[in-house]
Amino acid sequence: MKRFLSLLLAALMLLSLAALSGCGSSSDTLTLNVYNWGEYISDGSEGSLDTVKAFEEWYQQEYGQKVKVNYSTFASNEDMYAKISSGAVSYDVIIPSDYMIARMASENMLLPLDFDNIPNYQYIDESFRGLYYDPDNLYSVPYTYGIVGVIYNANVVDEADAQGWELMWNDKYAGNILQFNNSRDAFGTAMYKLGLDVNSTDKAVWDQALAELQTQAPLVKSYVMDEIYNMMESGEAAVGAYYAGDYFTMLDAQAEDVDLQFYYPERTNYYVDAMCIPSSCQNKELAESFINFMLSSEPAVANAVYTYYASPNSLVYNDEGYLAELGEETVAILYPGIENFRELYNTSAYRNLDPDTLSYINSLWETLKIG
Amino acid sequence: MKPIAKFYTALLMIFLFAPIAILLVFSFNEAKSLSVFSGFSLHWYQELLRDSETIDAVKNTLILAVSASLISTVMGTAAAVGIYRLRNRYLRSTLETVTNIPMINPDIITGISLMLMFVFVGRLFGAHTSLNFGTMLISHVTFCLPYVILQVLPKLQQMDQALPEAAMDLGCTPLKAFIKVEIPEIAPGILTGLIMAFTLSLDDFVISYFTSGTTFQTLPIRIYNMTKKTVTPKMYALATLIFFVILALLIITNLMGANNAQNVQDSKRPKARKGSLPAA
Repeated sequence: MKRFLSLLLAALMLLSLAALSGCGSSSDTLTLNVYNWGEYISDGSEGSLDTVKAFEEWYQQEYGQKVKVNYSTFASNEDMYAKISSGAVSYDVIIPSDYMIARMASENMLLPLDFDNIPNYQYIDESFRGLYYDPDNLYSVPYTYGIVGVIYNANVVDEADAQGWELMWNDKYAGNILQFNNSRDAFGTAMYKLGLDVNSTDKAVWDQALAELQTQAPLVKSYVMDEIYNMMESGEAAVGAYYAGDYFTMLDAQAEDVDLQFYYPERTNYYVDAMCIPSSCQNKELAESFINFMLSSEPAVANAVYTYYASPNSLVYNDEGYLAELGEETVAILYPGIENFRELYNTSAYRNLDPDTLSYINSLWETLKIG
Repeated sequence: MKPIAKFYTALLMIFLFAPIAILLVFSFNEAKSLSVFSGFSLHWYQELLRDSETIDAVKNTLILAVSASLISTVMGTAAAVGIYRLRNRYLRSTLETVTNIPMINPDIITGISLMLMFVFVGRLFGAHTSLNFGTMLISHVTFCLPYVILQVLPKLQQMDQALPEAAMDLGCTPLKAFIKVEIPEIAPGILTGLIMAFTLSLDDFVISYFTSGTTFQTLPIRIYNMTKKTVTPKMYALATLIFFVILALLIITNLMGANNAQNVQDSKRPKARKGSLPAA
């Protein structure tokens, strides 16, 4: 009996050991660990290009060396940060958002890039260099950017009312308005409307924004994040703010009696997501060649088509096929042709705030949601 | 009374199955929307088959669930037998309680503590990535184990202790008696434990989230990470498929269970009626 059990246990131990060692990579194949947002790269669905696989093939052709890309995804910047700072895993390429890049750079969690290995960086638009999160262009290569705008159902909303942030405060559409269910974004709408600084550390400024949100509260149908898609598509709500790329996702799925339209208020939030190399990187040159590959024409266009977000890459926004595929109207919305993007971005995009201010905002947010 | 009972049953069924029904219907929707049903189509099923990342995630989830449930069933059964044989009553009840702790522990605490342990051990050995398939497997076995023990132990306690003794009297070695007499007696418990471990491992998110590495992503993690954009209807298609596979599995095991119960009753009844000595 005892012998049987001990044999069993020994077999188990062997099995788990085998499982553990089976994960070690063989020596002649390089591995590259990429960590990106979910649904944020062209993956071969709906006839698109599988960019990760394309990189593996390209690298083997170019250098005669096999590469295995381990591609995994995260759901938020904070999730990604937690995973990397735990030291449990090492990634070679990550694609965080602007404020997280600033934070990681200040905590020495990013490696400076060697741009000799990323010649395609030349195609990145001049206005996407020297942004506040990476003023000296050391750590990041922009991947996509987006601008928050107001989405409305033209069958309900009068064309004349569709202007600025005021639409979201218009009592004609009481019970038809959606507001962000996220303190930073919700306060943002009020602060842009009032012309306040969204990165202020002055508590009085935030109190002012809270008052504005409180006047809006009786008009708001609900505070939403992802639910906005279904509510706007079905016509359940008529006004809401979200990113331009997401507006097109809604447009694809709108109900027959719904006519969704989109515009940018004068002051609004911008985001930039950029490719970086974290300090846990195991093969920096390989990571840089991955970044360079993602900037080359074919994969960059495929990614832009797939994600529906705007690209800072001139190979993309000058690509005839890409422009034709999106259509004139879409291009006009995705690429509003902002002259002084860098300035606008540096003054009005959300930045990482100090913990004191953040917790103060959260307490105001609770006041708003409770009463 | 009857109409009320019927109404109550109907209400219960609606609560339980309405969400699944909606998912099922919209997996056949031609359009992407959840609000408009624009026509029947298998489009999203085709899309699902083309999405290699999701298919990989399904494969990973199954590999993990099968290996974790098998390992935890073997280990859990062995542990249950060990606990059952303990002579010291206090030690036994202490051990039973201790094995129950991981069940009561919130997933998130189990997840974080496992991750910390793996990182600590990984650092000791100087690994740059301490999380991989192995660590996920260990975690899944960890949280499945108590459930298996919980299923097997009562079966052992219900078993007539004279049975293995009789087998040994009749010339069985202890090992043979265990395999031929005890295992068939506790088999229903082992099977339930196995199925429970499998389903628990299949839909675990929290613990997997903390212990997954760079190479091995399971389905729940993949779906969660899709929330930057909306979850696409191909996930409804996938959920529909999984639902039907599980349904089929349940029906099969229930049919098997019913058969077994029938057999047991059949074999017991004549003996009881005759009141004779059990046949050799």
